[in-house]
Amino acid sequence: MDSLTLTINGEARDINCDPATPLLYVLRNDLDLTGAKLGCGLEQCGACAVLVDGEATLCCNRPAGEFAGKEIVTIEALENDAVGAAVQRAFIAEGAAQCGYCTAGLVIAATSLLKANAAPDRDAIVAGLEEHLCRCGSHGRVIAAIGRAAKEIGNV
Amino acid sequence: MSKSVFSSPSLAKHPGLDEWVSVGADGRISIHSGKVDIGQRISTALAMIAAEELDVPLDRIDMVRTATGEAPDEGITSGSNSMMESGSAVRLATATARRHMLALAAEQLGVDADTLEVDDGLIQSRDTNRSVTYEEIQGDKPFGVDVDPDVDVKDPETHKIVGEKIAPLGLSEIVTGSYRFLHDMKLPGMLHARVVRPPHYNARLKGMNDETADRLRQSGIDIVQDGSFIAVVGANEYAVIQAAERLFAACDWDTSGALSENDVFESLTANPRESRPVENDGVPQDKPVPPLADPPENASATLEARYDKPYHAHASMGPSASCAIWQEDGLQLWSHSQGVYFLRDAVAEAFDIDPETVRIEHIPGAGCYGHNGADDVAFDAALVARALPGKPVLLKWTREEEHAWAPYATATSMKLRASLDADGKVIDWNHESYGDTFNMRPRSGPNMAGAARLLSGRFRENPPPEFVPQPAMVRHMGIHRNLDPLYVFPNKRLVKNLVRDLPLRTSALRTLGAFGNVFAIESFMDELAEAAGIDPVTFRLNHLEDTRGREVLEAVAARMDFNADDGIGRGIAFAQYKNLKAYAAVGVELEVNDAAEVILKRAVLAGDAGEIVDRDGTAAQYDGGFLQAASWTISEQVTWDRDGITSRDWETYPILGFDNVPEIETILIERPGVPFLGAGEAVSGPAGAAIANAIYNATGLRLRRIPFTPDAIRAAAMDA
Repeated sequence: MDSLTLTINGEARDINCDPATPLLYVLRNDLDLTGAKLGCGLEQCGACAVLVDGEATLCCNRPAGEFAGKEIVTIEALENDAVGAAVQRAFIAEGAAQCGYCTAGLVIAATSLLKANAAPDRDAIVAGLEEHLCRCGSHGRVIAAIGRAAKEIGNV
Repeated sequence: MSKSVFSSPSLAKHPGLDEWVSVGADGRISIHSGKVDIGQRISTALAMIAAEELDVPLDRIDMVRTATGEAPDEGITSGSNSMMESGSAVRLATATARRHMLALAAEQLGVDADTLEVDDGLIQSRDTNRSVTYEEIQGDKPFGVDVDPDVDVKDPETHKIVGEKIAPLGLSEIVTGSYRFLHDMKLPGMLHARVVRPPHYNARLKGMNDETADRLRQSGIDIVQDGSFIAVVGANEYAVIQAAERLFAACDWDTSGALSENDVFESLTANPRESRPVENDGVPQDKPVPPLADPPENASATLEARYDKPYHAHASMGPSASCAIWQEDGLQLWSHSQGVYFLRDAVAEAFDIDPETVRIEHIPGAGCYGHNGADDVAFDAALVARALPGKPVLLKWTREEEHAWAPYATATSMKLRASLDADGKVIDWNHESYGDTFNMRPRSGPNMAGAARLLSGRFRENPPPEFVPQPAMVRHMGIHRNLDPLYVFPNKRLVKNLVRDLPLRTSALRTLGAFGNVFAIESFMDELAEAAGIDPVTFRLNHLEDTRGREVLEAVAARMDFNADDGIGRGIAFAQYKNLKAYAAVGVELEVNDAAEVILKRAVLAGDAGEIVDRDGTAAQYDGGFLQAASWTISEQVTWDRDGITSRDWETYPILGFDNVPEIETILIERPGVPFLGAGEAVSGPAGAAIANAIYNATGLRLRRIPFTPDAIRAAAMDA
């Protein structure tokens, strides 16, 4: 078995795995970071998003080996990030989830968006969610939550 | 305290107080329910009810996971029944528990029970300074009494928790990634499994390349086979996925039984069918369908229209999953099924084992509001676990399987005809609905009726007899759900038609037949209103006596400016789910752009679901239900050809995205102390019709076949 070193949530992790394995399986099965979800395995739904060098990135299909040398942050470590924590609080305040299966990906996308654009208008929020789907119909609440988080960050 | 108006059929089967409530030695309160979380936040509502009646803070309530043999058997979490059934039961149970503990406290403290007050589980007497806690009285002890169905419950005016807006249970875990879905399960020695599916329903295995199979086995992959059911199993999930792909390529399938490519909307009215008249408030009758009479003599206009909706997929965000261990003393399953007792009995039936030896525990999966792949995948996991006794097996479906193999909501056709008199009143009403069954949940019965409805049964070496659905005959069920309009119409002729020989596998999706029926009725109401020269709101009110119905309709109408000349299309629609559950009126504002796309601008929703417990959760059932139904209406249809389902992912089965989300205003009518109606499915039907009516208002195009894609709108414009 090959091995691979990845920087995940601020820590260098040595993992025994085939580097061709998509990152999502490495996170979920080898590192027990199960917050990111498999929704499609086709990069069509956004449930698997993680931050890679601060940017939301889908990882259900891309080999883990491609992520060597990059900073990977998963939903589990987002509480330590001021923007991420604000997004999480805003999602709770807006009740922005029903089943919650797509939510981790949306929280990651929102964090990525607000890091790049601290005061997005509605169109910018929607554009930031382009790669994401939700089945329960929480869309309006998610958009509201991101607006709320932006306001909270702006007020600090 | 006030006299209870709440009652629950669940208490007939589970009358014992201990079946619903228990108090721990640490003072924590456990609530047991047979209803499970599928995104609708039922656990939150039940915990709020319990905390309110028991005078404890919400965080002292533990909602116990639903498991067979332990939780009350409350059937399926479906039909908007959970608040009425489990919510009422929990309210009566916790009120009984409080009264019981207060009586014991009075005895212990030597005071009159009327002098007792409870604060955070501390029982104090106004007359003395002595007190006792719930746990001192009841900790780890059985109540040993039945729930009193006539117990007094809290006066709604004193409610401190019920009716508030609170964060749903589990949401903080969801946003931090620590919420455990079934897909996240990990047990010592757990194996991963995937199914190698045939190309389509009718395909069967002819042979398998032994060399590929041997190579897979040498690499540590187990192959489990029972007839044409094939699964691969191994310790490494990604290796198992790759093995499944390799083995599929190594299989030779007999695909001679191709899927019918006939136009399903032709088949719906041309194929053999079982027809039943629907009378007496929505109940089908076992008698011949009366012929369609001529319009009454005094008819000034008679309109006819046919409406269609395609097959819709549940399309859950997460492919279904289940975990299983087959042990000497029985089978343990973890499942996100909405009906664990039904599933248990069906699985036991399939393996010819005692249901008591099967334990199924509910663990949440991805939401969908209906019979998605949850039950089927649990049976798949059980089939694999049985071949590998003692080993835990986590089996997940793929995106393709969820899209192509989970049951669909049937395509339906609704044919309507009605006449108006000179005053614009409806004087006869004819509505026939056509569709396949919605009733394919695995409910056990004669001829292995449960096992036969689990997907992989049909592929086994010895399949159970094929299940032939019969017309559902109970009130407002399946095809005839909301077939009977709430409006007061004379001379109604209502017919349900269960159509045979349709190509796809169908079952229950949120609202069942009500989505199509309400879409048709409420579109037709606008067509009739126009023929009568009366505005759509007044026309509806002219035929609606139900005061609660009128109130939601008027609430939406008051917030819509139908006379605005701003290029925005406006539409309205209304229904009461099953003429018994929650009310919903929907107003929609939209534009149809140059690309013939429907752009949703604003939606106004008014709901009456009886007493509101979880305020935000109730609102979410309306606003989320609206968006899901908007997605069905604008975007969605299952497609197939002779070789199988062709809508197998999110590109070939597009759903509503974040780029078409209207501003939503939700108004909930306050009904404190009034029985719970269940809000989960009220808005869907009116949503579809309100969109159709708004498109007509915007463009003059009356669209009668869902989905309203750009192609459909352009085709309608060409025909206009």
